[in-house]
Amino acid sequence: MSKERIQISEDLYDIMPSDYQDLVKSSTYGKEDRGWKDIGTSKELIEQHSLCAGCPESMAFRYILASLPNPEDTVMVGSTGCTSLVFPMVAVHNIHSLFGNQNAVASGLKRALSVRFPDRVKDVVVLAGDGATVDIGLDMTLQAWFRQEKFTTICFDNELYANTGGQESGLMQKGFVAKMAPVGKLFDKVRLPEIARESGCHYVVNCTVSKPSLVEKVIRNAVHIAREIGPTYLQLYTPCILEIGKNSMEGLQEMRDSEKPAERFAYKEYVSEPAKQLLAELAAKDKERKAAAKQLAGQASA
Amino acid sequence: MAETKSIIGTQNKKGQTYTDAWKLLNEAPRTPSFFTGSEVIKEAIRRASCDVMIAYPITPQSEAAALIGELFAEGYVGDYFRGESEFAVMSQCAGAAFGGARVFTTTAGPGTMRAMENFPMWAGSRLPIQMIVTCRGINSPLSIQPDTLEIAYLLNTGMLVWHAETAQDFFDWILKGYMVSEEPDVHLPLALCCDGFFVTHTKDVVNLTPADMCLPPYDPYRSPVPCMDMECPPVRMMRDPFVMKSNYISYATHASWQQEIWAAVERSRKHSIHWLNGLIDAENTDTDIMIVASGTAVSQGREAIRMLEDEGVRCGLVKVKTLRPWPEEEIREATKNAKHIFVPEFNVTGWLAKEIKATIPNHHRVHAGPHVCGGMTMPPEIIVNEIKTALGMKKSFVMAGRGS
Ligand SMILES: Cc1ncc(C[n+]2csc(CCOP(=O)(O)OP(=O)(O)O)c2C)c(N)n1
Ligand code: SF4
Ligand SMILES: [Mg+2]
Repeated sequence: MSKERIQISEDLYDIMPSDYQDLVKSSTYGKEDRGWKDIGTSKELIEQHSLCAGCPESMAFRYILASLPNPEDTVMVGSTGCTSLVFPMVAVHNIHSLFGNQNAVASGLKRALSVRFPDRVKDVVVLAGDGATVDIGLDMTLQAWFRQEKFTTICFDNELYANTGGQESGLMQKGFVAKMAPVGKLFDKVRLPEIARESGCHYVVNCTVSKPSLVEKVIRNAVHIAREIGPTYLQLYTPCILEIGKNSMEGLQEMRDSEKPAERFAYKEYVSEPAKQLLAELAAKDKERKAAAKQLAGQASA
Repeated sequence: MAETKSIIGTQNKKGQTYTDAWKLLNEAPRTPSFFTGSEVIKEAIRRASCDVMIAYPITPQSEAAALIGELFAEGYVGDYFRGESEFAVMSQCAGAAFGGARVFTTTAGPGTMRAMENFPMWAGSRLPIQMIVTCRGINSPLSIQPDTLEIAYLLNTGMLVWHAETAQDFFDWILKGYMVSEEPDVHLPLALCCDGFFVTHTKDVVNLTPADMCLPPYDPYRSPVPCMDMECPPVRMMRDPFVMKSNYISYATHASWQQEIWAAVERSRKHSIHWLNGLIDAENTDTDIMIVASGTAVSQGREAIRMLEDEGVRCGLVKVKTLRPWPEEEIREATKNAKHIFVPEFNVTGWLAKEIKATIPNHHRVHAGPHVCGGMTMPPEIIVNEIKTALGMKKSFVMAGRGS
């Protein structure tokens, strides 16, 4: 669609907020090869947010929104937590309803969109905290995967309940002393990536958001595979700098330290056989498209 | 609106003709059919142009929920699946309704309670989902028997709450319910309640509309809030995310939105009166003695009135059809001549009597009872006895095993 659905009537143009005018002028809805490199030269789909200064969740949000392959036909589902402070500022339709029910909401949503738009692509992407995904919502997270619901689940893993002040969560590391874990957490970090694979996800990635190019790649893969094949899961480390006692500028280093080999956010990936095939097809098409564009550019300059 | 009109007279993929809802329900020929309440739910949904139904087993609604699955297999419902719990099901219903679908679900008793967090969320999100509640016991020890206590918990969720007496009510109200709750100035969920087993598992003659006619489809673009399908501009919903902030503007925003939900419940009044022919049915309101009831307690009350008449005691009847919106004016007017108002109920706390006491002047006139619960039936004799005892008359019946 590109931007036709967000066009402003000429008569009303001057009374629209400037950030909306900017969306119409220079956002990247409909741009085929949109990605993190558009940041800085185009209007982002996220306006200012009220996360803590330097919170890596804000970087993650920016990279993800820049990389969604089809934002003009994507609906996001969030949950209660720090992320819910951001969603009101996001320029794709998004749903907040309750804490932990995000994969249930997304299941109903995806099915409704498939009934209503049988011949069109409508992507659904869930984005929620680790408490929402793994603790209170685990049942619904897994059941959506068992049912092979065709949407992407993204977990912002900050290894604790940030929004309520830093309590223990299932994805917290063993031994970490936190509120409600007064003598240190007594059990291991839940191995959701492995559980996701066993539960039927076709694409599972565990990583940090330190590298925008990597975030772009995994988001594109996850959305495309969910659209065509079945559920996909991304677990992204977005450290809560506030609760682990870091300064605003230390989030990036924290992520780099945690993604070293043998650390808990060393890059891990699982791709099912049908998903591998799809990614190969997409890569081939991409190559073709680039070659054609090059040829066209060559002809134009000749 | 225009879109809805133009579709009237065309056919869906099952060959059913989209029919103006008023004509379908008030003018189309009716065929008497002998069905259980569960089968009647299926027949109503066959004609309801539903996009999504989500199911979960719990007695006494399991049969109805499974029968809708058959409708899906036949192609009458857009999508259908079994969710993992009632909490999840109600969230799945929310997702489907956010995505612009006409949504149907059914639950009962512990299922209603399990899902409870969703209901104020549905109302606050203005999702016109229809949920059938086939009431059953909710407290320990476990009981699957009819008991209407769960309705008390639904009354303050912001949902519309209707209480059907018969399978015929059920058939008509399922279809009418969508017409009321999808009005742009309402756009709220509806809990359509009935007394489990008494309505779901008994057979009754129900007059059905033709199976080849159905409701016009839901038009999500008449919603007062944006449909989450990216078909209209993705305006940022709030310039400043007021949720969870502790400042005056956030309180004011939340407060005004809650007021708006309840104002929408109020606005449903005129539509409900239009479709249900009034929020109550009243008979013999000139008498000293009135029975006010909802659900199958109305049928028992009617029988008790017939028995009392045989003994020369006149008694009037109010059938309360909608609990939300609450028929305050109507009940006041219908009971204004009564010296004694009896409220028979299938639950232990007597929530209907409490609502009525809070509504009418001189509420000492209200006799909260008789109450049965936990699956006990309510023979009309105990209503007769309750009335006679209160009036200082000699009881007509000795109720074995019930004490006195
Ligand atoms: C039913 C329910 N229980 C508890 C809460 C309180 N609550 C709100 S946010 C939150 C923690 C969120 O943690 P997580 O999902 O990890 O997100 P984060 O804030 O860490 O990004 C909790 C417990 C709630 N809103 N609803
Ligand atoms: S509390 Fe933690 S996760 Fe939440 S915004 Fe602040 S730094 Fe980020
Ligand atoms: Mg967290």
